[in-house]
Amino acid sequence: MDFSFTEEQTLLRNTVQSFLQDKYDFDTRRKISASADGWSKEIWGQFAELGLLAAPFSEEQGGLGGGPIETMILMEEFGRNLVIEPFMETVVICGGFLREAGTAAQQEAHVPGIIGGENVWAFGYAEPQGRYNLADLVTTAKADGDGYVINGYKAVVLGAPWADKLIISARTGGGQRDADGVSLFIVDKSAAGVSTRDYPTVDGRRASEITLENVKVGADAVIGEIGKALPLIEKVTDQAIAALSAEAAGGMKELNDATVEYCKTRKQFGVPIGKFQVLQHRMVDMFMAYEQSVSMTYMVTLKLGESEEERLKAASGAKVQIGKAGRFVGQQAVQLHGGMGMTDELNVGHYFKRLTMIDTQFGNVDHHLTRYSSAA
Amino acid sequence: MDMSFSSADLAFREEVRTFIEENYPRITNTRSRGDMSRDDMLAWHKILAKKGWVAPHWPAEHGGSGWTITQRYIWNEECARAETTPLLPFGLSMVGPVIYTYGNEEQKKRFLPGIYNGEDWWCQGYSEPGAGSDLASLKTKAVREGDHYIINGQKTWTTLAQFADWMFCLARTDPDAKMQESISFFLIDMKTPGIEVRPIITMDGAHEVNEVYLDNVKVPAENMIGEENKGWTYAKFLLGNERSGIAGVARSKKAIERLRNIAASELMDGEPLIKDGEFGRKIAEVEIDLSALEVTELRTLAAESKGQGPGPESSILKIKGTEIQQRITELALEAVGNYAHVYAPHGKGEGDNAFTPGPEYSIGVAQNYQNMRKTSIYGGSNEIQHNIIAKMVLGL
Repeated sequence: MDFSFTEEQTLLRNTVQSFLQDKYDFDTRRKISASADGWSKEIWGQFAELGLLAAPFSEEQGGLGGGPIETMILMEEFGRNLVIEPFMETVVICGGFLREAGTAAQQEAHVPGIIGGENVWAFGYAEPQGRYNLADLVTTAKADGDGYVINGYKAVVLGAPWADKLIISARTGGGQRDADGVSLFIVDKSAAGVSTRDYPTVDGRRASEITLENVKVGADAVIGEIGKALPLIEKVTDQAIAALSAEAAGGMKELNDATVEYCKTRKQFGVPIGKFQVLQHRMVDMFMAYEQSVSMTYMVTLKLGESEEERLKAASGAKVQIGKAGRFVGQQAVQLHGGMGMTDELNVGHYFKRLTMIDTQFGNVDHHLTRYSSAA
Repeated sequence: MDMSFSSADLAFREEVRTFIEENYPRITNTRSRGDMSRDDMLAWHKILAKKGWVAPHWPAEHGGSGWTITQRYIWNEECARAETTPLLPFGLSMVGPVIYTYGNEEQKKRFLPGIYNGEDWWCQGYSEPGAGSDLASLKTKAVREGDHYIINGQKTWTTLAQFADWMFCLARTDPDAKMQESISFFLIDMKTPGIEVRPIITMDGAHEVNEVYLDNVKVPAENMIGEENKGWTYAKFLLGNERSGIAGVARSKKAIERLRNIAASELMDGEPLIKDGEFGRKIAEVEIDLSALEVTELRTLAAESKGQGPGPESSILKIKGTEIQQRITELALEAVGNYAHVYAPHGKGEGDNAFTPGPEYSIGVAQNYQNMRKTSIYGGSNEIQHNIIAKMVLGL
C-alpha cells in the first residue's frame, strides 16, 4: 500500500504546475475563453513542447510511457487552473481509443499528430434523444463497398470547434439501444458531408452540433471491431471519468482554499466571518467532500486496469462522489463569498460553473448511481 | 380552521383571471430582467396602476385596493399562473411603505404617486463593499451643510440601478454615536452630480446589479425620511417587508409545472424522464416542500391580517422559499442533460446571431441555475435568517 508519487511523477506535476502558474493565470484564461477561437493554439503548442500531450502514450508510439496516474496528475492541475484546451478530448478520449484499439497503422497515422500538437480531436457520441446512454444511437453507418457511409447527428460535441479529427459512434446493426451493433469511426472534420455549428458553453469552453450526411469513410477508419465497440466506449469513457474526477478534485481544492482565505479576511460584525462556527463547519464539510473526492479519484485511477465490473463500479462511484461533492463545494464557495461569489469578475463562479458541467459529462449522479447499482 | 375559498373569493379569482387574460401586454420573453427594456419592464405596472391594482397592500388613501389577505394571495397566484412580468419591488414594496409610514405629508405627496404610476424607478442603496450581512457597519457618510447633506461613499449589489431615477440610501450622519443610532434614510435623485453607476456582470453573464459611487452628492435635507439618526428603524421596517414577499410560492408552483414539462419531454432510454421513479420522486419532494411552505405562508398572512407580524417567523419564508427556488433550477438543469452546456447569450447585441441548440426549454437553464444562487445570499443571507430565528424565535 503506497499512495506516494514517483520522482518522475512529481517532476511532471512540478513542470505543469509552474508552466500554468506562469502562463495560465485567471486573467489569461478569461482572455483565451473570450477570444474568437475560444482556445489558445499557442498554449497547446507549448503543452506539446513540454511533452504533456505525449504523457499517456507508450514509448513505441513516441510517447512518454505514462499511464492513468500521469493523466490524473495533469488533469488535477488543469482543474486547478480551469484549463480550456482539449487535453481530455484529444489525449484522454480519442488518444485512448487509439491506444486501446487502434491498429498499428492507425496509431502510426494519428498518434504523432496528437503528441506533436498538430491535430486536435473530439468525440461525437451524444445524441439529442440519447441522454447519457452511450448505446442510444440513431446515427447509422452502412457498409458501402470497402468502407461505410455515415448519416446522423451528434449533440454537444465538446472541443469540436477546435478539432480537425473526430471519432464518431454510429450504429452498424441492432436496435436503437442495443449493446450490439455499435461501431466507432475516425472522421475528418473536413470530410464531405460533415457540417458543424459551433457555440460557447456555460463553463467558458466551446462545442459543436455535428450533422453527418452521407459521409464516406474507408475500412481503415473503423476503430476496434465493427458492431462490438460498446465495451470499448465504456472502457475509454471510464478512463475519461477518472480524468474528470481529477479535474474536479483540482477545482474543488482551489475553491476550498479561496473560501478559507476569504473567510479569514472578510470581516463582518467586527470579526473575520471564519470565526462563526456555522461557517467553520460548512468549510469542514467542504474539505471532507474534497478529500473524499481525491480518494475516489485515486481509486478509479488505480482500478482502470481491473476487471470490467471492478472498473465500472470504481468509475461510477467516483462520478457520483465528484458530482455530489462538486455541487456542494461549488454552491457553498459561492455562498460563503456572498455577492462576490456571484460575479463574473472573481474566479469562484467560474470554478462553480465548471464543476456543475463536469457532473453532466458522461452521465450525472443519478445515471451513475443506476449504473453502479446494476453492476453491484 | 378553513383553507378553502369562499364563493366570493372564487368570483374574485374569475375577475382577476379575466382581467389578466384581456390586459396583460405581449412582451418579448427575455430571460433576464437586465435584458429587458425599461418600458417593457414597466408596461404591466402601468396597466395595473391605471386599474388601481398595482399596490394592493398600500393604504386605500394612497391607492391600495383594499383586498383581503386571501384576495391578495389569489392575485399573486393568478399573476404567477399567467407568468406576468414580476413587478419591481423597490418602489412598491420597499420604499413606498417606508414613505407612507414614516415620511411627512410633503414626501408622501411628492413621491408616492411616481411610485404608484411607475413613473419613477427606484433602487436600493443599502449594501456596501464592507457592509453586507453586517449592514449597520455601513460607511457612506452624510454631512449636513445648510439645508443640504453632502453624501460620500459607495453602494453595491444595487439591482437595476442602471435604469433608476431615485435611490433610497442609508448613510451615517453621526460619526460618534453607536452604529445603529447614527444612520439616516435618504431619498436621492440619481441625476444629482457626483453619482456614478458601474455595472457588475454576474457569472451567468447578466447585468442586473451595479456599484453606485457617491462623490460629494448634494441632497436636500427635505429628502431625508423621518428623523436624523433614526434611519435604522426605517431600514429594518423595510427589510421586514422585503422578507414577507420573498417566499415566491406562486412562482415556484409555475416553475415546478415547467420542470414537469421538461421531464415529460426529455427521454431516458426511450421513455420520458418523468417516468423514471428516481427523478419523479425528486420532483415530488420539492413539490411537497412547497406545499408546506404555502401553508406556512398562509398562516403568516392570516396572523398578519389580525395585526400580528410580520414577525421573525417570516425568516422561514425566506430560507425555505429560496431553497425551493434553487432546488427547482437544479432539477431543471439535471433534466435537460447534455444541452445544459449551451451558453445562451443575453440581449443587447450579444444574442443577435447566437446559435443555441437543443430544445427551447433547455435554453438558459444552466444560467438560471447559476443566477438563482443569489437568492440565498441577498435580502439577508440565509445564514443571517437562521440567526434571526435562533435569537428572536427560539430565544437562544
